[in-house]
Amino acid sequence: MMISTQWVSKALLLLLASSAAMAAPFVPASDSQVLERLPARASDPRAQEMQALRLAWRQQPADVDRAVRLAERYFDAVAAEGDPRYIGYAQAALAPWWALPAPPAPVRLLRAKLLQFDHRFDEALADLDAVLRDDPGNGAAWSWRAAIHMVRANYSQARLSCEQLAQRVTPLIGVACLAQVDAATGRADTAAAALRQALADAPDADAAQRLWALTRLAETEERRGAHAAAERAFGQALALNVDDVYLLAAYADFLLDRGRPAEVLTLLKDRTRADLLLLRLALAARAAGAPPHEPWTRTLGERFDAAALRGDTTHRKEAARYQLALRGQPVPALALARDNFAEQREPADARVLLEAALAARQPASAAPALQWMRESGIKSVVLQTLADQIKALP
Amino acid sequence: MTNPGRAAARWLAGTPGLRWRQRRTLALALALPMLLAMLLSAGPARAHKPSDSYLSVAVAGSQVSGRWDIALRDLDFAIGLDANGDGDITWGELRARHSDIAAYAQARLIVHSDNQPCVLTVGAQMVDEHTDGAYSVLPLQWACLGAAGATPRSLALEYRLFADLDPQHRGLLKLSAGDLTRTAVLGPQAPVQSFDLGQASGWRQFVDYAREGVWHIWIGFDHILFLLSLLLPAVLVWQRPQGARRSPAWGRAADWLPVPRASQALWDVLRIVTAFTLAHSITLTLATLGVVVLPSRAVEATIAASVVVAALNNVFPLFTGRRWAVAFGFGLVHGFGFASVLADLGLPSDALALALVGFNLGVEAGQLAIVAVFLPLAYAVRRTVLYRQGVRIAGSLLIALLAGVWFAERAFNLVLLPF
Repeated sequence: MMISTQWVSKALLLLLASSAAMAAPFVPASDSQVLERLPARASDPRAQEMQALRLAWRQQPADVDRAVRLAERYFDAVAAEGDPRYIGYAQAALAPWWALPAPPAPVRLLRAKLLQFDHRFDEALADLDAVLRDDPGNGAAWSWRAAIHMVRANYSQARLSCEQLAQRVTPLIGVACLAQVDAATGRADTAAAALRQALADAPDADAAQRLWALTRLAETEERRGAHAAAERAFGQALALNVDDVYLLAAYADFLLDRGRPAEVLTLLKDRTRADLLLLRLALAARAAGAPPHEPWTRTLGERFDAAALRGDTTHRKEAARYQLALRGQPVPALALARDNFAEQREPADARVLLEAALAARQPASAAPALQWMRESGIKSVVLQTLADQIKALP
Repeated sequence: MTNPGRAAARWLAGTPGLRWRQRRTLALALALPMLLAMLLSAGPARAHKPSDSYLSVAVAGSQVSGRWDIALRDLDFAIGLDANGDGDITWGELRARHSDIAAYAQARLIVHSDNQPCVLTVGAQMVDEHTDGAYSVLPLQWACLGAAGATPRSLALEYRLFADLDPQHRGLLKLSAGDLTRTAVLGPQAPVQSFDLGQASGWRQFVDYAREGVWHIWIGFDHILFLLSLLLPAVLVWQRPQGARRSPAWGRAADWLPVPRASQALWDVLRIVTAFTLAHSITLTLATLGVVVLPSRAVEATIAASVVVAALNNVFPLFTGRRWAVAFGFGLVHGFGFASVLADLGLPSDALALALVGFNLGVEAGQLAIVAVFLPLAYAVRRTVLYRQGVRIAGSLLIALLAGVWFAERAFNLVLLPF
């Protein structure tokens, strides 16, 4: 028995080593060997649509309308698939105007959206404010302005943006925008009620608007501790069948918190390309005990390393959770969470900072998150529990 | 089955400042399910990530070579690889476009070495995996128009790959020159970047070789022991004791007695060190320039023998007043020993003289440091019996014994000592 175990372990190590040795540049054996699967085949309608926009743009790359249409299409693809390559493609389409101090308004709005994706919030806000100076009726600009101020915990500016937005868009969007500010500033009950009412009043609103409102509602309900209501909202949002990485990640987190990792594994099956979702998959596998989470965890680590090589710091929140929950390294997790919180201050950012500070037993590091909780007045069951635990630390 | 990320790991290997987390130990309990999962999974989980290429460039002597990994997906976006439009890129489709890929890449990476343009030749098409999928691997070789055979002092890279298609694309450069490796992020944010290869100035090169010279004399125990053996009697003088004829010790013709004056010892040391230096400088130069070439085993064995002779001379005096001549004679052999070290270090063809002089001066400086420590100490204790009998006789015999073993090892190709 002993001998056979030893033999098996040796054989396994040999196999692992040889699989590593095989990972070197190679010359494939056969012409028919498939090396890469592209995001879409040429006949795919979505790909054809994108290709048509691209062809139109290439015929007249100096035409603002064509360039913006193509870049918008790429930007939407980022939200749906979580593939950041499209950010670069969008930027390339806007190349003639990209470096201008004052590009045409549609370009400038899009530039702001692309800049915020890189967490260049100051530049993005400057562009949005400039667009709004010339065109105070630009709803999209108000809505992005609200979103960025929310991320930076600048609630008075966020509220102002939502009020401006509310005058120009459907009641659903206006209410949802204000509700997210309310939810972050201690009025979660009012916010949830307003969202529910607005959704009930607009059963025929388009899917994108309902998706946005339902996601806000689900998060608000969860924060209040109304888990059944949150689950209903998540369910309605998912039923819209709009591909949205953010929604999937938020629902996966909800399920993980409820101790239902098996459902996360089903929900996110095959969604390993997006780092946000791979993180949740690995967390779910770890919580469920099977399948083994290590391959996903390792892949995730390789991706964070690859991002670090190019100097990318936009995934520090996820990297902190990875270090903390998957690698059991609270100290590096805390450093990441702290840097992230200096840039983004949303409930999820506060949560990972509190968790890391708790695990590292460094209550002082949690101070910015605790201060933010006090100042915003946010009501969140999860955050309050963590804050109490931090305060109880010696 | 290939493992993406490993490629990045290999790419990073040896890069200072960036450590690759390696799982060195894997519990069996962990390995079995992992292995099963790896074997059963359809393929590696590929990431959505911004577009990067991985460029490694190595400067070795006058050779500049490298390897460039470019994502197939990016190449498809740029020049179209999926010939049949089925969404899959096969090896056949990639291979068919190799010359186009090479031309596309060549036009977007311009290298200058010491401000002279380099011409890039792309080698045979290969493939590798990174975290986000398969990459085209191109082996690179540059021919630079600098002075033939010269080691480049600086390298400038102009990188414009995909700058027009995806301004977020970055080229992740790993540049190694000698034992120095550095990384840089190339892209439209800084399209032209220059790298000082560390041998920027002749002075720097000179200092490097001088340091090697010092280091070599300090770790070269045979040279140190040879020198010490010759220096041990420098604070003594070989003469008949005064009034010896009337003493009971009559019959002993002469003995090593303490020198009366420091200047006498200093003069002795100066002659010995100068003779040694002169001799090994001559042969070091001749050997380095290839004028005289001796078999290294014979040289090393003779060096060991020289230590034996010099040490035994302190116990059984053969040459008492002409130790400077011994230093010169054997110094010629030690010079050949230094030359082989210098050859191992590799000499810059464009700065040969500089390196030679630097190394030699380094050796002298190292020697002088040893003398500076030894001489005052020995002078201070020269009157003690411990020095005159103990150190001189026992010490010399020990040195002779050790060098004797070295001689046997080197002459007969044996391994007797662990060092």
